[in-house]
Amino acid sequence: MTTGAALQLSRDKLLQAYRTMRTIRDFEERVHEEFEAGHLPGFVHLYAGEEASAVGVCLNLDDEDKICSTHRGHGHCIAKGCDVTGMMKELWGAADGLCAGKGGSMHIADLSKGMMGANAIVGGGPPLACGAALAAKTLKNGKVAVTFTGDGGSNQGTTFESMNFAAVFDLPVIFVFENNGYAESTASSWSVACGDIVNRAEAFGMPGMQVDGFDFFAVHDAAAEAVERARTGGGPSLIEVKFGRFYGHHEGDNQSYRGKDEAANLRANHDCLNLFRQRVTEASLLESADLDSIDTEVAALIDRAVQDARSAPRPTPEQLTTDVYVSY
Amino acid sequence: MARTLSMRQALSEAFHQVMEEDERVIMLGEDIAGGKGAPGDQDAWGGDMGITKGLQPRFGEERVLDTPISESAIIGSAVGAATCGLRPIAELMFVDFMGVCFDQILNQAAKFRYMFGGKAETPVVIRTQIGAGYNAAAQHSQCLYPIFAHIPGIKCVVPASAYDAKGLMIQAVRDDDPVIFFEHKVMYDEVRDEVPEEPYTIPFGEANIVRDGGDCTIVAMARMVHKAKEAADALAKDGIECEIIDPRTISPLDEDTILESVENTGRLVVVDEAYPRCNMATDISALVAQQGFADLKAPIEMVSPPHVPVPFAPELEEAFIPTPEGIAKAVRKTVGYAG
Repeated sequence: MTTGAALQLSRDKLLQAYRTMRTIRDFEERVHEEFEAGHLPGFVHLYAGEEASAVGVCLNLDDEDKICSTHRGHGHCIAKGCDVTGMMKELWGAADGLCAGKGGSMHIADLSKGMMGANAIVGGGPPLACGAALAAKTLKNGKVAVTFTGDGGSNQGTTFESMNFAAVFDLPVIFVFENNGYAESTASSWSVACGDIVNRAEAFGMPGMQVDGFDFFAVHDAAAEAVERARTGGGPSLIEVKFGRFYGHHEGDNQSYRGKDEAANLRANHDCLNLFRQRVTEASLLESADLDSIDTEVAALIDRAVQDARSAPRPTPEQLTTDVYVSY
Repeated sequence: MARTLSMRQALSEAFHQVMEEDERVIMLGEDIAGGKGAPGDQDAWGGDMGITKGLQPRFGEERVLDTPISESAIIGSAVGAATCGLRPIAELMFVDFMGVCFDQILNQAAKFRYMFGGKAETPVVIRTQIGAGYNAAAQHSQCLYPIFAHIPGIKCVVPASAYDAKGLMIQAVRDDDPVIFFEHKVMYDEVRDEVPEEPYTIPFGEANIVRDGGDCTIVAMARMVHKAKEAADALAKDGIECEIIDPRTISPLDEDTILESVENTGRLVVVDEAYPRCNMATDISALVAQQGFADLKAPIEMVSPPHVPVPFAPELEEAFIPTPEGIAKAVRKTVGYAG
């Protein structure tokens, strides 16, 4: 669904949306390069191609609203305002990374930004988002919680329980299912019974929307509606975002399970950044030059982040035993 | 005939052989073939580490089931099927994921035989990956096997060689009890040794004496066996001979072999990659303190990581994992103990 409401966004908001999507894209492309060059340790799961979802949703939120993310969490972190340099340092395992080098790619969090963590446990986020929403409801602060879950996570028992729980208590929580077509290497068209995840909303008595995830405006409008409902006591909503990912499940995945030229086709014909650019320039909302200058700024930002991450201080063995408890 | 195989190859051979010999054996798990429903290659992954590759093309989708990401359903279905005539091998991709399916293991599979008056059999094997070394951080690197050893009714296997992995896996599949098979992810390719081609079994509850020595007993499991071997080699240069005991299964635990070894050496170092509180090191130490106290010439030493989640940064993870140097230091402490 596209109501076009997002097209009415202020110039600043539109620039912010593009800048954030571009930041995610450049961050991910650079991480891909650095990982291939052997500079990054651990497991890395890239979000490139899915930017419209994180940004379309999070542009409706402020720092006091909470999100729970997944193992594919870089985009959500950036969309929620996490410091890009701190994130890059975290991927390098630096002592001054966003999580002091202890979390890495799959566990980045910044509670001061309402980012409750990437999560390496599939189905780990939805119950936590219910908790964030329960806190908001109890404290009557008008805040909302969003949980991003993949199509794989949509099949977890924790997710079903959370949707029921949220509906029973009318919690201000939004279940965003990012259906990129694959749960690791398994096709969601096979693994999600009932065809579309959005169909499950009815079973839990909550409104459901399915959107084209390549279209920032469609995501933004659906999220705006769900956030407004949650803020005004209307309870939970479900949004299924359908799109694709440019890279594999994780870096190093040979993707032989995918269709021939599938990822190349996504890049050529379904790039949310290109689509955004086309929409705003055709509607004369922004000039190409505005967007070009953002591209230049962001490229420099990511470059600096990588340079800073490379030269950042490394953790010392003494830091191994800190932070286990409030006072260790 | 024995050839040198990696633990990866040894396990793969075991799966092919047990599925060949008994058509009641089925396998299920996330991406164990990979590519289910996708337009490209089927059997694209063979599991996230490629261990089960080739099984689905050979045995078909009815016996090798690629599942949705739904650990409770995977493990519970395997447990249920095991009580109804099949012999499933279920994969819990990483042991860290056990939280979402723990009830099916803890309160269902483990309890049936006892609760139902000894009449139920639950011949299920749950395979899962353990261990640090991949910089995979706190939610993908744990060695949680002591949690399962705590639960009566579950057999727990922690192989340390390719030979043992094959023999113990075939034993696990033929066993009529629920067995959890803990595979250290770093060992799949790191460990290579001689493995016979034909199927064979290794009984549960029989420790392997990895190395003989009269000065100190080292009990170690999984990857720590190899760290202990390095330590023992270094110590031997100084004339300190260690006997290394690999229990191979921690439930049942071969208490006799451990106690007999300590009777000979009078000293004990237990090495365990699991968190130090309530792990196998504390359990085995308590066993020896209780039943072998008179044999001890020095206090027991335990070598485990610090009591912290597994960190991400390579330096921190390296500081987390017990080292040969740390093990050797513990041995020297027992040998140098003056009373």
